[in-house]
Amino acid sequence: MTAQTTHPPMARTPRAWKKDIERFALLGAWAVLIAIFAVAVPDTFLTWRTFSSMFGSQAVLVVLALAVLVPLTAGDFDLSAANVLVFSAMLIAVTNVQLGLPIGLSIVLAIGIGALIGAVNAFFILFFRIHSLIITLGVGTFLQGLTLWMSQSRTISGISMDLVEVVVIQRLFGIPLAFYYGLALALIMWWVLEYTIAGRKLLFVGRGREVARLNGVKVDRVRVMSLVTSSTLAAIAGVLYAGMTGSADPNSGSGLLLPAFAAAFLGATTLYPGRFNPLGTLLSVYFLITGITGLTMLGADAFVQSLFYGGALVVAVSLSQLVRGRQPQSFG
Amino acid sequence: MTVKPLASPGTGPHDADILRMSQIRMKFGSVEVLRDVNLTLRRKEIVGLLGANGSGKSTLIKVLAGFNSPQPGSVVRLWGEDLPLPLNAARIRQMGVAFVHQHLALIPSLSVVDNMLISDTSRRPYGIKWRAERRKIAALMAEFDLDIDPDAMVETLSPVERAFVAIVRAFAELRRSDAGRAGEGILVLDEPTPFLSVADVEKLFTVLRNIRSTGASVIIVTHDIDEVLALTDRVAVMRDGRLAAMMKTKDTSRQQILDTIVGRAIAAYVRAPRPAPTKRNVTIEALTGGRCKGFDADLKAGEILGVTGLIGSGFADVPYLLFGAMQGSGHIKIGDTYLDAENLPPATAHAAGIALLPGDRMGQGGVGSLSVTENATFLALPRMRRGPGLSHGMMRRATAGLIADHDVRPANPDADLGNLSGGNQQKVLLGKWLAEAPKLLCLDEPTQGVDYGARQQIFAALDHAAAQGMSILVASTDHEQLAQLCDRVVVFWRGRPVMTLAGKDVEKDRIARVCLGSGLPDTETPHQTEVFA
Repeated sequence: MTAQTTHPPMARTPRAWKKDIERFALLGAWAVLIAIFAVAVPDTFLTWRTFSSMFGSQAVLVVLALAVLVPLTAGDFDLSAANVLVFSAMLIAVTNVQLGLPIGLSIVLAIGIGALIGAVNAFFILFFRIHSLIITLGVGTFLQGLTLWMSQSRTISGISMDLVEVVVIQRLFGIPLAFYYGLALALIMWWVLEYTIAGRKLLFVGRGREVARLNGVKVDRVRVMSLVTSSTLAAIAGVLYAGMTGSADPNSGSGLLLPAFAAAFLGATTLYPGRFNPLGTLLSVYFLITGITGLTMLGADAFVQSLFYGGALVVAVSLSQLVRGRQPQSFG
Repeated sequence: MTVKPLASPGTGPHDADILRMSQIRMKFGSVEVLRDVNLTLRRKEIVGLLGANGSGKSTLIKVLAGFNSPQPGSVVRLWGEDLPLPLNAARIRQMGVAFVHQHLALIPSLSVVDNMLISDTSRRPYGIKWRAERRKIAALMAEFDLDIDPDAMVETLSPVERAFVAIVRAFAELRRSDAGRAGEGILVLDEPTPFLSVADVEKLFTVLRNIRSTGASVIIVTHDIDEVLALTDRVAVMRDGRLAAMMKTKDTSRQQILDTIVGRAIAAYVRAPRPAPTKRNVTIEALTGGRCKGFDADLKAGEILGVTGLIGSGFADVPYLLFGAMQGSGHIKIGDTYLDAENLPPATAHAAGIALLPGDRMGQGGVGSLSVTENATFLALPRMRRGPGLSHGMMRRATAGLIADHDVRPANPDADLGNLSGGNQQKVLLGKWLAEAPKLLCLDEPTQGVDYGARQQIFAALDHAAAQGMSILVASTDHEQLAQLCDRVVVFWRGRPVMTLAGKDVEKDRIARVCLGSGLPDTETPHQTEVFA
């Protein structure tokens, strides 16, 4: 559907076909993957429960991947995103469980502090003109320390069930609400990037800062907004993370950083090839979890997760490069 | 000698030929880009390779460099040896063909020595002896009367010095090659001059003549007919993938070469006479920044003002200062708006009705990896809204209109801007700004790397915009272009505007002479300026 809105019908040249193949290859690969597992483990894989659990469980990763996608489009890396996620989840746990704040206030606080962290990232990157990779790496590591300090390195459980209720317990069509939050966010971001001036400015800033500046874009402002958005979304991912289990674990969430980047890059090979795009990212997350779920059901160990995330990313991006005749890529 | 008919181009085989490319055919997909090209090069000879954009001259050079593989049947004979196709890039270099590409392939943040040694693969069993290398490079520079410090960072060198480093590096490569031992070699230069001033081009030519006198041969690809006439022994002209003519330089003329390049007679664009503009539109006061010091000007509505001078004389900074693209000071009055050039953000300049078409098209003007539509509509997005969001249909229709108005080829709004030729990129970017109907349009080298036909179309578009009341300021070192386009031309000397030419003084040779410092009022002559500075 998205393809038709941007490309009205025109003569289908061979090149257009090739482009369409590239655009929908991942969707096809996903279908093939589902078909394979459906044949291999029909009883366990091909059930609504498996799918609803796959859809529900990945909402945190979807939101985190969408978070890092914003600065990636503007040409910046946000390596602090996963640490913001854990910090925000832990902040909710500490304020709600230990300090007894109402859950609503805890959430607002966590998201607000998320936005503030984004502003801190932006300040160091833009005021001192330091590469985003360095600052967000530092800020992320610093946050990790804060998280461990705040929690005494312990998992804190007992977060208000109200949060858990609206994240995983309530379901629509049998799928936890968390899935729909991720879906809604992806759709909103798709619309913002494709159909608003702010989205176009973000893209131009990422592809050519000097070009954007000489076309009257306030480049620094756009970069600040992208970094604040990223951290805010990462904090929201943290809220979902806390709501998944009703607890906050100071360690495991930081492992989500690489899968989030993997999904963003894999997403850039599909639907709008060569461009970071929210719908492609959404598709990638579910493609990856389908493979992992299926392989686990076939009896694979936990390490299959990393194997599949890493392997699928490298293979998919390489295949997409073959289709485009190995042209150097400029993502954004 | 006259232009040879297409059937028998070239001056035929010759005993002194060191390179003979015959029946070169080449296809990109189903498009024939080279059709039976024959080119020869002799010992101690400089050949100029000319042609419009897309005529196949770069493709031919890439065949020789081993980047493009020609069709079977093509023959490349080098020093009497038929080479297997496609050519092996490393072997070609080893045999003594060295290339200097337009972008010079130097790393700015490294020193001259570092850059010179990149291509030097001779064995050094005891490691690099830096002092000896520096001495060797200094000696090589001295051979060509060049005073370039081997330890200088390339980024601190002037553009012409960078070109020298790249050329001397290529020459050193020739010397190390098989042919170099016999004093021979072929140096291929792909458009080395567009960023150089007239004086620097002359220096460059001296170096190339010195290289020829060592026994080597040079092929120089260029747009500039005058350069070819000044430098070369023979001229090869490409047109539509064929070698249209191979002529002896001393037997030909500017007009003949021009006619051969264009094939059909393209009339140089001539402005329609119109009444002198009178309504004051833009006032610039004490504009200072970069190398430009104290530029004042009044631009009438509908007036085209040129600023020129030698490279580094400050005129090139004027468009960027006016748009706030560069830090500076001074005052600008445009319509009823006063702007302070100090801390002027480009967004404010844009809002006040100033536009800037920068010289670096793909670095500053547009994004090569985005489509023509995305680039062309970027400024117009506020007008492309339907309801809360942008309408992609409106964006495409606006772009289709721009493509038709400015004859952009290919006429495909979805093509990536970077895949268009320089001239077509410029038409898209110019069209984008013209659609904003600015009060003042500033351009920096608007036709650099733009072929002859597209250049005339750009002139026509600018003139049309001026006729509608737009003021236009053009910074350029292309005197012919300024003469064709401008009502008045301000010439800069060492940062200051020293003379304004108007009326019939706006003429190519007159501008060129003033740029070089002749005919300036007494107190402003170069010598005096220096004394009182």
